[in-house]
Amino acid sequence: MHEYSIVSALLARVEAEARAHGALRVHRIRVQIGELSGVEKELLESAYELARERTLCEEAELEIVAVEARWACRSCECEVPKGAVLRCPICDRPATLAEGDEIILERVEMEVPDV
Amino acid sequence: MCETCGCGDPDLVPIEVHEAILSENERGARHNREHFTEQRVLVVNLMGSPGSGKTAILEATAGALAGKRRLSAMSGDLATDNDANRLEAAGIPSRSITTGSACHLDAKLVHEGLHDLPWRQTDFLFIENVGNLVCPAVYDLGQAVNVVALSVTEGEDKPLKYPVMFRKADLVLLTKVDLLPHLPQVDVAVIEDGLARTMPEPAIIQVSAINGEGIDRWIEWLEGKRVAALSEAPTEERAEA
Repeated sequence: MHEYSIVSALLARVEAEARAHGALRVHRIRVQIGELSGVEKELLESAYELARERTLCEEAELEIVAVEARWACRSCECEVPKGAVLRCPICDRPATLAEGDEIILERVEMEVPDV
Repeated sequence: MCETCGCGDPDLVPIEVHEAILSENERGARHNREHFTEQRVLVVNLMGSPGSGKTAILEATAGALAGKRRLSAMSGDLATDNDANRLEAAGIPSRSITTGSACHLDAKLVHEGLHDLPWRQTDFLFIENVGNLVCPAVYDLGQAVNVVALSVTEGEDKPLKYPVMFRKADLVLLTKVDLLPHLPQVDVAVIEDGLARTMPEPAIIQVSAINGEGIDRWIEWLEGKRVAALSEAPTEERAEA
């Protein structure tokens, strides 16, 4: 299960961001996970539950935005449906994954003391 | 003031990051790739299920290229050195990367593995990833090409079940094809159809490490990739300029 290593990388990145802003704690983390990213939402959630203890994210909510896979022709950009042969029926060129392989940290909400 | 939820908390600050969570690994992979390009070594990330025939393919590759090309290999292995030992016996200088419980190699493990392997003096470096059809697909190692070994005994529906892995493949080696006469229920056309629905540019070579079928086509594919990679790499003169 590689989700644990993804969560470790996520927490390291979030903690660095929090420290850079002098945050006391993190309230919410929003990530984007693509359907074809190889990351399972449920596994990511359980890994996060385990890993966040005793970090600045201990009480932070993890919001996972799922991104559906979308294949499109490289030339005419028309959509090639999921599950179909990955070739444009019009141009006969290979399709490319337009969306759906994201493993992205989008946004962090943190509590920063007034200066 | 928290502007997102309107909770009124004066101290909540939203920070937009928009960065790949694995950006650290991506940096490591870029660094490895620079080394590989500089040294003009074609690096192959060989992935596949446990028992799909990855090591056997490399043994057959060593046999076919003996005296013609210099090879090196590193093997990701959970607990043993068996694969690296087999490759050494086949004449490929090899190192084991024992990953413990980790289900995949990452760019850092590969970089550490390079330190005690004479890969610079070779034409091809094979990275035999941990046997697993899921996790290794997520981590860029700095390789030039991804090759997935899929054996005919694994079931026709594997490409559709593991689309993440097959999307990343530049080539699928359909292994153990010498067994096909004993597997009346396995239809290669069904496997190929599954690959056409998961790999944008399906490239499949049927091979057998036992009777040597297809090994020549695999070598030809490798040589083609090497020529293509070398023509893209800066020449030494240009690199110095």
